[in-house]
Amino acid sequence: MISEQAKQRMRELASRYPMARSAVMPSLHIAQQEEGYITPEGLRAVAEAINLTVADVESVATFYTMYYQKPQGKKIINVCTSISCYLRNCDSLVSHLEKRLGIKRGETTADGNYTLNTVECIASCSSAPALQVNGEFYENLTQESADALIDQLDRELGVEKRV
Amino acid sequence: MPEMIITKNLDVPGIDKLDVYRQNGGYEALAKALREYQPDDIIELIKTSGLRGRGGAGFPTGMKWSFLAKNDKPRYLCCNADESEPGTCKDRVLMEQIPHRLVEGVIITSYACKVHTAFIYVRGELAKAGREVERAVDEAYAAGLLGKNILGSDFSLDVIVHRGAGAYICGEESALMESLEGRRGYPRLKPPFPAVVGLYGGPTVINNCETLATVPAIIAGGGDWYASFGTEKSKGTRIFCLSGQVKKPGNYELPLGVPLSTLIYDEQYGGGILDDRKLKAIIPGGSSTFILSPDKVDTPLDYESIAAAGSMLGSGGVIVISDATCIVGAILRMTEFYRDESCGKCTPCREGTFWMTEILERLEHGHGHLKDVDLLMDICDNLAGKSFCPLGDAATSSITSGIRQFREEFEYHARYGCCMVSSNEKKQQQPTTASEPVGTH
Repeated sequence: MISEQAKQRMRELASRYPMARSAVMPSLHIAQQEEGYITPEGLRAVAEAINLTVADVESVATFYTMYYQKPQGKKIINVCTSISCYLRNCDSLVSHLEKRLGIKRGETTADGNYTLNTVECIASCSSAPALQVNGEFYENLTQESADALIDQLDRELGVEKRV
Repeated sequence: MPEMIITKNLDVPGIDKLDVYRQNGGYEALAKALREYQPDDIIELIKTSGLRGRGGAGFPTGMKWSFLAKNDKPRYLCCNADESEPGTCKDRVLMEQIPHRLVEGVIITSYACKVHTAFIYVRGELAKAGREVERAVDEAYAAGLLGKNILGSDFSLDVIVHRGAGAYICGEESALMESLEGRRGYPRLKPPFPAVVGLYGGPTVINNCETLATVPAIIAGGGDWYASFGTEKSKGTRIFCLSGQVKKPGNYELPLGVPLSTLIYDEQYGGGILDDRKLKAIIPGGSSTFILSPDKVDTPLDYESIAAAGSMLGSGGVIVISDATCIVGAILRMTEFYRDESCGKCTPCREGTFWMTEILERLEHGHGHLKDVDLLMDICDNLAGKSFCPLGDAATSSITSGIRQFREEFEYHARYGCCMVSSNEKKQQQPTTASEPVGTH
């Protein structure tokens, strides 16, 4: 559900910019914060706040990869696989995480805890290989430090240790 | 090495906060600019300094500012902090660690360009950078450094931090404006250039984050002082993002004109090739620039010398590739990036990047044909220069330069269905080290 407070923030954004339409992207960010991904209700709320059609808002929401079109895990792990990380063996890091989490890239664990994605360069080239968990960076990773990270995330999620 | 300019005080504890930034001389350049200079004087000063764009194209900054159309429409400044060129990680560090340097640069530039509304477009993925810049802007408003009558002058400025949402193309200036206007990030046809018809139809200046963050130091030290660094045509310093197979990757600020070999091998910087292997190739300015061969390692890192060597200084992302790496695999990985990030507006780029990836993939996995190598060159020829924006051109750089220099590796893949690098490794029976060859099968 999109809260009244969130709708109010969207309306404020619309008046903050020289043209209301510019508030589409930040409003979509708000909608996604509220619901975890872009839902039909989220699109409607943004359209109403900015006075656009739903289709118009959707055309923007589907262009940008950070607006999720389906539900994601509680922890979204984005591993960079662009050239600088590739030269530092990010592919074996991805395989390791796939094994550890029991999912393939692009998938979400059945318990809804983790989504594992491979993404394009995240500006962490000098500290490759790198990944983000819900937007925060973890860099210079090894298989050991990646395992330690998942252990820590498991604890945060209250998950029993995986075998 | 001379005193750092853009990375100066970067490691001072708390420099991300306004009070510490000010204790270290922050916002004095802004005060000086408002007190001592007319807007046009600042443009002249920046022209004298020789500052050129640090985003990729290297266009002279002062000249860019002076191109703004003189009409009665509102003018805008956009800071392009949509850093996403593979191999580039400098703007992120500036925003995360010393966001006020960028904000100060934005204010001074707005004053010089007579802009009253500025945008800082921060790449969506850079969550911390976005937060830090937003906080710095809030602090600046609270301290009277933004808003009405800045520092008691008659100059007023509103700054909006706008976050992207995952689209490399929005680093292209016309796509960035589309995105800011709330649309899909499709590039616009130029001309008209943004300086004439830009954001909301007004004259617009768009500068890279590092470029704007360099402006305060030039105001403080003077144009001639800044121009004393670097070479005759490439003045000043810039941050080089050293990545790939070197011992000490990192962001290093150097005066322009320092040889590539110094950056890669000097103990203060790269410290040599990872595992003491041989240098195989260098990509000097982000993955959109042409690959250089090892015999170019002594080329000075300035715009003219790197261009003469056959590439571009680009975004400053120096990617080092050792002989442990299969060039076909590396180029495939770079091409996948452009396939994924092509916005899809122009057919040559949308279809070309897709097919180039398909062909490289079959070569890499041993299903390719000898004629694929020339086919790739042919597609590149049909792609470069045939789209609205430079993304399509960028996608061809690594392929054309890679095939020119490493044609035998591509042909080996086609002939034997396997990789030359891993085959050589096996023949030599080298003891396996921690870093096994990348991209070999």
